[in-house]
Amino acid sequence: MTETKHTPLYDLHVELGGKMVEFAGWSMPINYPMGILGEHVQCRTKAALFDVSHMAQVEIRGEGAAKAFEALVPSNIENLAAGKARYTFFTNEAGGIMDDLIVSNAGDYLFVVVNASMRDQDIAHMRSNLDGFEVIEILDRALIAIQGPAAEAVVSKHAPAVAELKFMETIECDLLGTSCRISRLGYTGEDGYEISILESEVDRVARILLEDEMLEPAGLGARDSLRLEAGLSLYGNDIDATTSPVEAQLNFAIQKRRREEGGFPGADRILNEFANGVSRKLVAIKPTGRAPARGGVEVQSSTGEKIGSITSGGFGPTFDGPVALGYVAADYAVPGTEVNLVVRGKLMPATIEKTPFVKQNYKR
Amino acid sequence: MTKYFSEDHEWILVEGDIATIGITQHAADALGDIVFIELKEVGDSFDSADDIGVIESVKAASEIYAPVSGEVVEANTALEDTPSEINKTPESDSWLYKIKISDTSELDALMDLEAYTALIS
Repeated sequence: MTETKHTPLYDLHVELGGKMVEFAGWSMPINYPMGILGEHVQCRTKAALFDVSHMAQVEIRGEGAAKAFEALVPSNIENLAAGKARYTFFTNEAGGIMDDLIVSNAGDYLFVVVNASMRDQDIAHMRSNLDGFEVIEILDRALIAIQGPAAEAVVSKHAPAVAELKFMETIECDLLGTSCRISRLGYTGEDGYEISILESEVDRVARILLEDEMLEPAGLGARDSLRLEAGLSLYGNDIDATTSPVEAQLNFAIQKRRREEGGFPGADRILNEFANGVSRKLVAIKPTGRAPARGGVEVQSSTGEKIGSITSGGFGPTFDGPVALGYVAADYAVPGTEVNLVVRGKLMPATIEKTPFVKQNYKR
Repeated sequence: MTKYFSEDHEWILVEGDIATIGITQHAADALGDIVFIELKEVGDSFDSADDIGVIESVKAASEIYAPVSGEVVEANTALEDTPSEINKTPESDSWLYKIKISDTSELDALMDLEAYTALIS
């Protein structure tokens, strides 16, 4: 058995009353005394601090790294301007998604952030496929996310330059006496930042940031309900090695040049799906009643045929009702379509909706 | 009146052959914010350990198990519109059912406050 790992903010989580759970080998707070609902609302209305240090941060160095990286992902990385970040995913030869990630052009290197659960696999994948480039796992840096409409005020008070950033832009700048990489992005549907910061400084800086009355800590529970309401896929639930980006409705991340040129793993399947369509699609599903429908619940047509299943589901505190994502047969993937969910053996009415359930609030 | 506790974190307040049942404060805290409850109807009968309803929090769904065999004589259906009340008053206003106990000897298998306190500590 391997030991559960601690992030450098572990002591702070415990001190703040965080309820610690094991997640992808890490001991992380699922919530603090405020509770998931309260933390969710805090993030939608003020600002919340999330520890995401369990995610892996990687530097890729070498002349032409951006072009080389395109061999692993279907997005346009070569033309990603310095100071810009992009959402993308590693695809496999079968056209499935190996992991989703954020890649930034940090000027003289690529800065890559991947999911905690996939970090070892992803780093090995990059090392074995980026021959001649340095793939450096950044081991001395923590990662915190400050998310919510007050995030700009909370962070720019100590680092004025971040107020000028737009969504998906990144800079290196001083924050409370330590050099950080600050990127205006996140995974809550709200405006905000992710801050890559020295492990030795993160506890001190987090405590100072938390002195702001607009900011409260939030755990993995709120992170999940926030991303679900925002219609953002969770790797391992909504997207995985068997789901293609086209099925997952992630077409926006595959830019025109890559659709024309291909040259990424699984391009055969993915380009064929662009041309000829897919048999199933990831959609938003809204249960009509108050009962949440969770991952694994079967989706049926109104005539009782199995047409798919829910991949993530729960209660949306801001939406004020149950929300879900799931795959359904393409014919049914039309907003307004009435379906049934099989919850505890009973049929529960639901409708197919457009994502997101709650409007995304990015600073473009 | 005698108050019993089950291993499924329910309290059972018994007066004659009528019992009021609900979930304990410990259970409510562990579940977190409760967003949905589904209850059986008056007249429904059940055996001990049968599932007699569902409570969903933002985290997960949890079944409610019958601590003893019996029949529903009253369900606190107001909670279906205000499930979050269960987090606030789980051991008083937010009781779930009043039931008629079919076999009071089943109460012997339940815990008293002291044993339950030991279980959760």
